[in-house]
Amino acid sequence: MMEYSKKNGDRAPVASKPLKVAPHGLESDIGSKVEVEINGKAYKVPIGMTILDACKKQNIHIPTLCYHEDLCLAGVCRICVVEVEGMRSLQAACTYPITNRMKIKTSSEQVRKARRHVIDLLLSEHYGECYSCHRNGNCELQKLSKEYGVDSYRFGHVIERRHNVDHSSYSVVRDMDKCVLCKRCVRTCIDLQEVGVLESTNRGYDTTITTFNDLPLAEVICINCGQCINRCPTAALRANDPSHFIWEAIDNPKKHVVCQTAPSPRAAIGEEFGLAPGHSMTKQLNTALRMIGFDRVFDTNFAADLTIMEEGTELLLRLKRSLVNGDKSVHLPQFTSCSPGWVKYIEHFYPEYLDYLSSCKSPQQMFGSLLKTFYAEEHNIDPAEIVTVAIMPCSAKKFECNRPEMTASGFKDVDFGLTTRELAQMIREAGLRLPELPPSNFDDPFGEASGAGLIFGATGGVMEAALRTAYELVTGRTVPFENLNIEACRGMEGIKQASVLLTGLKPEWAFLEGVNLKFMIAHGTANAKKVMEMLKAGELADFHFIEIMGCPGGCIGGGGQPIPTSGEIRKLRAKAIYEEDAGLPIRKSHENPNVNYIYEKFLTDGPCGHKSHKLLHTHYVKRGKYIV
Amino acid sequence: MPIINNKELFPTDYNDRILIEALKKTPQDIIYEIRESGLKGRGGAGFPTGTKWNLASAAVAEKKFVVCNADEGEPGTFKDRVLLTDYLPMVIDGITLGGRAIGAQKGYIYLRGEYRYMLGRLENYIAQMISENRLGNNILGTGFDFTIEIRLGAGAYICGEESALIESMEGHRGEARNRPPFPVNRGYFCYPTIVNNVETFASVAVIISKGADWFKSFGTSKSPGKKLLSVSGDCRKPGVYEVPFGINVKELLKLVDARKTKAVQIGGASGYCLPRSQFDRTISFEDASTGGSVIIFNQTRDMLSVLKNFQEFFVEESCGQCTPCRVGNKKLLDGVEKIEQGECSISYIRELMDLGRSMQMASKCGLGQSAPNSFISIVTHFENEIFSSR
Repeated sequence: MMEYSKKNGDRAPVASKPLKVAPHGLESDIGSKVEVEINGKAYKVPIGMTILDACKKQNIHIPTLCYHEDLCLAGVCRICVVEVEGMRSLQAACTYPITNRMKIKTSSEQVRKARRHVIDLLLSEHYGECYSCHRNGNCELQKLSKEYGVDSYRFGHVIERRHNVDHSSYSVVRDMDKCVLCKRCVRTCIDLQEVGVLESTNRGYDTTITTFNDLPLAEVICINCGQCINRCPTAALRANDPSHFIWEAIDNPKKHVVCQTAPSPRAAIGEEFGLAPGHSMTKQLNTALRMIGFDRVFDTNFAADLTIMEEGTELLLRLKRSLVNGDKSVHLPQFTSCSPGWVKYIEHFYPEYLDYLSSCKSPQQMFGSLLKTFYAEEHNIDPAEIVTVAIMPCSAKKFECNRPEMTASGFKDVDFGLTTRELAQMIREAGLRLPELPPSNFDDPFGEASGAGLIFGATGGVMEAALRTAYELVTGRTVPFENLNIEACRGMEGIKQASVLLTGLKPEWAFLEGVNLKFMIAHGTANAKKVMEMLKAGELADFHFIEIMGCPGGCIGGGGQPIPTSGEIRKLRAKAIYEEDAGLPIRKSHENPNVNYIYEKFLTDGPCGHKSHKLLHTHYVKRGKYIV
Repeated sequence: MPIINNKELFPTDYNDRILIEALKKTPQDIIYEIRESGLKGRGGAGFPTGTKWNLASAAVAEKKFVVCNADEGEPGTFKDRVLLTDYLPMVIDGITLGGRAIGAQKGYIYLRGEYRYMLGRLENYIAQMISENRLGNNILGTGFDFTIEIRLGAGAYICGEESALIESMEGHRGEARNRPPFPVNRGYFCYPTIVNNVETFASVAVIISKGADWFKSFGTSKSPGKKLLSVSGDCRKPGVYEVPFGINVKELLKLVDARKTKAVQIGGASGYCLPRSQFDRTISFEDASTGGSVIIFNQTRDMLSVLKNFQEFFVEESCGQCTPCRVGNKKLLDGVEKIEQGECSISYIRELMDLGRSMQMASKCGLGQSAPNSFISIVTHFENEIFSSR
């Protein structure tokens, strides 16, 4: 029987799988419509749709807690129970499918009582007070309590800690005293990301969510993607917040505090200030960061452009070695290495394939090492006094900047990784209202960046940026797509693939003449796993370049982004990024004057040269599934 | 320890040659006979067996499975143990007929961890059945292939719930699934699966050999047939009894020679506690329903400590996934402890009774929905005793 689960690649138990059913198992009936009565009104609803989805469509509100639209179903919190006529007990709207002409009541006396009981029971086990909580104001349990008018702790309240807070990880902090056992993190980890670090343990009242052998998070195979944080309804999971140290550096006049902002936080931070998703705040953010006290505000996109130069050159070199020299030891396809979640995933799960990974550091780390070398030299600043802060959509970036190999400058290249949420908190603390701030530009010398660097934020962006440059490099012509928009790279499909035929090449690239450059894009480690299994099976032998991002949607869906997240929100954030790209004067990495400047002045032996190898490239750790 | 009283339904001289006759019947005939008999699930829920089998039979799939639920975990029941020990041929034949009826080639016995001592005997018996071609390929020349494998539980009460049992068999944590889909459509590894109690399968074997009409001559119209009861507690003759449905509590107490009885817990920890005033109620699906457990308490027993015992059981045995069951049972236990210490107000008890009713309505599976039954019935019927003695 094991073949069955292997064949389907399923790791989540069926207990939490969405299963569509029709009456008596007639699958053909799924989708045909049936009339149901909801709160006394008749509606036509497709068979197989859950009560919750049907009610959402009709704008009938049903409270939820364990339900999350990105995840498989659990049906465990029981807050969404509704009355179905003829059923002895109440049914969870999130899991109960409409299978026939049913009569549903979403707010009867029995339903309200049960929901209130569920909230009271959860509160009776929930430690702490709202005003000392990281999720104050953005907590789903708090929201429910308000919705149902909770005015006392009917069944008591926990006033003393029962668990230790796990601060071991650079990225994710676990505070099980805040856990409501909705299992969203478990489902995120095992089903959405297929990593499987978290699971319930013990039974009954003693049930807790824990790691393998109850080990600290830093000692298990957590990839630090933080997707669990994005989906946690309470403050049981949060990012490891360094803002205290950043304030300290800012307040210290001796320190030269510089920051770089990635495109994804800019596309999402507005949400923290009440804006609808999809509003880019790039220029307002620059103003805010200066007002907070950062000495220089730089654009990570500059380093993204640099990444394209390095990674693109690396790819072309691999191709040359393979096609011209016939070198069999060359590893193709080349995988991108910008996403630290993905990098740790491959280190743990496919350590034998690390040679396929580009040796390029991520833009964050490239930037960090240049700030403490090139920038320090040019401006005559002691690198020991420079504090570099990377504003990222990502919790894994916190781990990445703490990797021991990330000290090429002789110092810790990036001192702190700060998430979008944490930055928003700093901005609020500084008394600023971001959307109302006047716009301002980035600081030079890393101020100007191309749209290619910008679109790194969305899944497919790295590939699109690389193609814009690589194609032009070898053919001398721009990519054959309208307005440089390579649609094949865009969209939220889990795995995308496409190809570009290389013809009419410049003489020095003639060895690529007629090569059909095949590339693939995947986001979320569940999709990465599929790609790696294809690689293992030898199905990717004719592919050249593969972009993988650890988080669903790419960086815009990163573990440091504003909560909540959903497919729709991620789409809107991506749209904001693509719109910003379309409006920029420079949209190809190799046309970024600052990039050219740095190769002239500092990295004088060119992309993938000796100096850039020292500063901009790295190596990986074969971690395996044991702790390294 | 065999069944104590008259053995019509479960005869000690069960003729195991009925299998070959039975396998000559079409699956439809077997299901028809079971539906006609009105047999309802003996594990406690009382779902009509024929209907369940018919649904599984109608489901279209490349594989189907039969699972015998031998996770006899309800406190106070031990009748499945007797069946598996002394009446094994009937159980195995029943499982085989289940396979024939729904078109399955594989059956499983999910044996509770505490019954591990039976494992060798069961496996030997199955091996013997295979060597006699009463299991295996082309059974007795009928062209029907069927084998049975044994799976061991690890002692969790929740794994007696059919979907949690299937999760456990698949190697996952024992947790109830969302339903629908029901196991008859998506069960073991998502294939159509019937999960029935040991006694149900044993009953099937007898019904097929003696006919539905004979079976229906016992019991009541809504609860046909006879039922095994595991009787324990304050009585002179505890043990497993075969009684027709419709017998009332008083008659049962006489049968087992119980004296000065104060209360009877029908259906184990998840059942109801009946006080003296309700001893004319009948054991049947339409009245006092039980999966087999009958626990008798005489006048020396303290009902609060009885309740506390049941409540502690649920706090530990809830699977812990849904809120009402996981936290609710703890709150009920806290309440019981408060009463013990004389610190519980009547109004808080009312609050907890209300909570109990919400647990019955809102819990995910049968365990959570029935967990407050003891609390509600004992507090309702013995409120004076519980409070006056503190």
